[in-house]
Amino acid sequence: MELICPAGTPAAFRTAVDAGADAVYCGFNDETNARNFPGLNFSREEMRQALAYAHARGARVLIAINTFPRASAEAAWRRAIDDAVGYGADALILADIGLMAYTAQKYPEQRLHVSVQAAAASPAAIRFYVDAFAVRRVVLPRVLSVPEVAAIARAGLCETEVFIFGGLCVMEEGRCSLSSYCTGQSPNMNGVCSPASDVTYQEQNGFLVSRLGDFTINRFAKAEPAAYPTLCKGRFRVGTNTGYLFEDPVSLDAAALLPALREAGVSALKIEGRQRGRAYIDRVVRAFRRALTALDTGLAIPPGGLKALTEGQATTEGAYQKRWR
Amino acid sequence: MNLTLGPVLFNWEAAAWRDFYFRIADEAPIDRVVLGEIVCSKRLPFYAEHLPVVLQRLAAAGKEVLLGSLVLVTLEREQRHIAELAATSPVMVEANDFSCLAHLIGRPHAIGPFINVYNRSTARFLAARGARRICLPPELPSTSIAAIAAAVDDVAFEVFAFGRIPLAISARCTHARLHGLSKDNCRFVCERDADGLVLETLDAEPFLAINGVQTLSHRCANLINELDELETMGIAACRLSPQRCDMVAVSRIFRDAMDHRIGPIEANAALAQIFPTAPFSNGFLHGQPGAAYREPDIRYG
Repeated sequence: MELICPAGTPAAFRTAVDAGADAVYCGFNDETNARNFPGLNFSREEMRQALAYAHARGARVLIAINTFPRASAEAAWRRAIDDAVGYGADALILADIGLMAYTAQKYPEQRLHVSVQAAAASPAAIRFYVDAFAVRRVVLPRVLSVPEVAAIARAGLCETEVFIFGGLCVMEEGRCSLSSYCTGQSPNMNGVCSPASDVTYQEQNGFLVSRLGDFTINRFAKAEPAAYPTLCKGRFRVGTNTGYLFEDPVSLDAAALLPALREAGVSALKIEGRQRGRAYIDRVVRAFRRALTALDTGLAIPPGGLKALTEGQATTEGAYQKRWR
Repeated sequence: MNLTLGPVLFNWEAAAWRDFYFRIADEAPIDRVVLGEIVCSKRLPFYAEHLPVVLQRLAAAGKEVLLGSLVLVTLEREQRHIAELAATSPVMVEANDFSCLAHLIGRPHAIGPFINVYNRSTARFLAARGARRICLPPELPSTSIAAIAAAVDDVAFEVFAFGRIPLAISARCTHARLHGLSKDNCRFVCERDADGLVLETLDAEPFLAINGVQTLSHRCANLINELDELETMGIAACRLSPQRCDMVAVSRIFRDAMDHRIGPIEANAALAQIFPTAPFSNGFLHGQPGAAYREPDIRYG
C-alpha cells in the first residue's frame, strides 16, 4: 500500500518526501484547493520546485484542485489544471465533474483521482467517474466501514485510497454547508471550513467563549485548553444534553486497521494535515512508514506514539467501525 | 415560475405522510411533487405501502410527480434499492447522488439539490447526459445561479426557496447518538421530531435542526422577497420543502407573490404566522452567511 502524505508548505513537502512518503499531495495557494488557509500552499514556482524535489527522490506529487469552480470564475480553476499538467503532476485530485470533463478531454493521458470531496461512496458512483473520465483512483469518503471499503476495492473499478490518520470530518465531505451557514464561506466554494477570519474569542464570566460568525461554538473554563472552533467539533445543547453532540474532540487513527485495510485490497493510505507543521509531518509519516514496513515483513505493528499529536489527545477509528454510526 | 414541493425530509408517521400529500393533491397550487424517502434508508419501508396511492392521487390532480433518491448510499441494500428505483420508477427520478445518477445516464432525469452543481460546465455536462431539471445547491449565491441558468438551455433550474435548509449528511445518526443509541439500533427516535430536533448553542440560541443522519438549519429558508430576481435570472421553479405546518397555505402565498397579487411584506407576515417555529433566512442567495436575512426591497413592497 502506498503512503500518501500532506504538505502545506515547501518545507513540509521536503520533510514528507525525506520521511518516506510514496507520494505527497498539495495544492496551489488559492481557492482551487480544499485547504485554502492563509500562508499555506504553493505558488506556481514553489510547485515546480516541489515536483523536481520529489521526482529526484522517486516520490510522486498529487496536486489537489478539489474545490468546485465558481460559476463566474471557472477560468481560474482551468488555469490551475493547465499549470499542474504542464509542470508534470503525477496525478490531479479533482472533485467537480465539469473540471474533470475539461481535464479528461484536454489531457486524456493525465492521471486523475477522484477527491474525497466528490463523495463517491458506492461502486455505482465510482463506476460513473471511471466510465465518464477514466479516473484511476478514488479517495473514499469517511463514511464507510472496513467491509464496505473491501466491497468497493473488490469491485475492482479503480484504485482506492483511504484516510488513516488526522482530522476527521463527521459529515460526508463535499456535501457540508455548515461553515457557509455561519460564515458565507464553505469547503466546496472557497476551500475553507470554519475560517479563522470569522472566529472570535471573548472572555465571559471567567470563561473563554469561541464564536464562528454570529454563533457560539464552544466555551472553556480557565484551565481547559481551547480547541479551534470547527463547527461540527463544538459543544452544543439539546434539551438537557450538553456537550460534543456531533463528535468528541478526536482524531482519526486507523493504524490498528492496517492489516484489515491491506486485506481489503486498498491501494493507498492517506494522512490528513496539509495545515500541519514540519515536526508533525515528520513524526506521523515516519510512524506510518515503520508500520508499513512491519506489515510487509509480517511483524507486529509498532505503537505509533502519535497520541500527543492528535486533536484532544484522543483517537477514533471513525466510520471504519460500524458502531461509530 | 412554478412551484415544486420537495420530498418530506423528516420521519413523519406514515398515515400523516399520506394525508399530507392527499391534501396537497386536492388543494395546493403546486405544479410538481418530489416523493420518496431520501434521508434514511431505514425509514423506507414505512412509506412503501402508501407510495403508489399517493403517487396516483397527485398525478390524477394534474401534478407532475418525481421520485427522489437517497442522499447517501453506502449499504448493499441501499445500492440495490437505488438500482431498482432507477430501473422501475414509473415517473422521472430525481438523483441525489452519483450512485443513482450512474443508473440514469442517457435517460431523462432530474438532479436534486444534493448533487454538486456549482458552475456552467457541470450543468452542461449533466444536461448532455439527460438532466432535464436541476435543483441547485442551497448554498449557491445569486451570481452563480444567474451565470449557470443563463448558460444552459433545455434544463429547468430550480432553487430551494422555503423550509429548513439541509446543510450536511453523515454516516453517523446524530439523533440516535443524542439518545445514547447507534444508527443500527436507533429505535426510530427521529419520529418524535416532525420538524427536526433543535440544537442550541451554549447561549441557548437555536442553531441547527437534527434529522437523523441529516443536519439542517434552524432558520427557515425563505426566498419570497427574491422571486422577481429569480425569475429574471431564468429560474423555472421554486422548491418548497415540507415542514409540519400548513404547506397548502405556504404554496398559495408563494403562488400569489409570484403573480404579484401580494407584495413581499404581506407575504412574509403571512408565512411567519403559518410557520412561527423559526425565523427566516435568505443569506446564501445574497452571498452572505446562510443564516442571515435581508429585508425585502421596499420598491416591491
